[in-house]
Amino acid sequence: MNIVKDKKSQHIVDYIKEFARKNSLFVMAYGTGCGAIEIPPTMTSRYDAERFGIRGAATPRQADVLLITGYLAVKTLKRVIRVYEQMQDPKYIIAFGSCTINGGMYFDSYNTINALDRYVPVDVYINGCMPRPEAVIEGFVALQEKIQRGDADNGKKYQENIDWYRENQMKVIKNWNMPDYNW
Amino acid sequence: MEDIIYKILGAILTIITAFVVGITYGGLTRKVIARVQNRVGPKFYQNFFDVLKLLSKRTAINHGVMQHFAPMFIFTSAVTVLMFIPILHDGLFFSNFSFHGDLIFLLYIMPFGPLGMALGAGQTGNPNSAIGVTRGLSQMVGFEIPFVLSLVALMVQFETTSVTEIVNIQVESGVWMIFSNPFAFLAALFAMFGMFRYAPFDIVGAPAELASGPASEFGGKYLAIMMSSSSIFTFAKLVLYVNLFFGGAENLVELLIKTFILYMVPVVYGLVSPRYRTEQSITYFWKWPLALGVIGMIWAII
Ligand code: SF4
Repeated sequence: MNIVKDKKSQHIVDYIKEFARKNSLFVMAYGTGCGAIEIPPTMTSRYDAERFGIRGAATPRQADVLLITGYLAVKTLKRVIRVYEQMQDPKYIIAFGSCTINGGMYFDSYNTINALDRYVPVDVYINGCMPRPEAVIEGFVALQEKIQRGDADNGKKYQENIDWYRENQMKVIKNWNMPDYNW
Repeated sequence: MEDIIYKILGAILTIITAFVVGITYGGLTRKVIARVQNRVGPKFYQNFFDVLKLLSKRTAINHGVMQHFAPMFIFTSAVTVLMFIPILHDGLFFSNFSFHGDLIFLLYIMPFGPLGMALGAGQTGNPNSAIGVTRGLSQMVGFEIPFVLSLVALMVQFETTSVTEIVNIQVESGVWMIFSNPFAFLAALFAMFGMFRYAPFDIVGAPAELASGPASEFGGKYLAIMMSSSSIFTFAKLVLYVNLFFGGAENLVELLIKTFILYMVPVVYGLVSPRYRTEQSITYFWKWPLALGVIGMIWAII
């Protein structure tokens, strides 16, 4: 959205916006797999992610970042998609652990998905099985850099390529009975 | 003519001050909480970033008309309350629209925001919101009674319904209200615990239990408006308390020191407390605070 007509002033507005977005990330931690156990130490005294302006959000409506922490069963994927579509733009996804990248140790399981990127757009991957809190914080910093560069608007990408994503989603989710969202 | 210009300038200045101070207090609170939990904590100006970011989000949630109005309701009520409280004693800019009956007016207008919020949150259809709203309104019934009792005690004791008048009496006699009617002050202090909704009275937002309660369907710009209006409201209530019980303030520095110390009382109390259940919270207000309010009333009459 362009607030001002002038290109140079728009640049300044964008810079301020991105600076604010970068420094205040509300996290919706979706604890799917075993990786969820690393979130409490990241948030509490030892590693204290609040230093970077990272803060837990209670509901998807208030959140900016969706943390997907590990393998996704097909049933869970459905909920993840719902949560993701309820979030407000701009929104980011951080995927956690090897399971989200290529299936990890569950690559041949009958009911987990292998590559999360085919179903929802992922901004930052943190690899490891499971990643330590330091790695998680590094992932957040990588996301912040990406936001400051201005190429982290994956919500838009999702809207533009919704057909492709829907097709993939419907391939794995057999009982598709999701409401339509007006995001 | 000059009067009007002063009034308008003063009003704008007051709102900006209240916003900046309220948001900064929110950030400082987060810092204090973090330090107590042995963390470094966010920067004290973190909440400015939060508001700015929330304002820059694209918001597309539609549950109906009331949902769009609700944040406006709270904002309006916060600003209205602020406008009728004299911020500084004898200030040229900061006396705003305070008039002779403003204490009674404030008593009426203060629950307006939560009521508007209740309508809006009810329309979102989220069960968490509905539970949060019921809890909030029941708790309000709890703490409003000692609050009203203590304010009425002040009105009876000094035979005035004007905040400015009460500040003047305190400044002239040199005795703050916490000394001339300690029981009313204690009742109002307990009511303040309920008003600011820190633990153990955080049953409305109830982190990890209700998913932020009434606010759970509000994101983006709405949340920004709600955050800023609650900061303004916090500042307004603090200033009201300072005016009523701590002899007002001559300048901004004095005001900031007094309000900050007062604000830290519920925050620090909340840090070491778990959360009450709804009925525990209400009965809490109907025991000691109520008794203190009645004693304050008797103290005022004799
Ligand atoms: S990557 Fe490892 S730790 Fe993470 S969900 Fe998969 S198996 Fe669990």
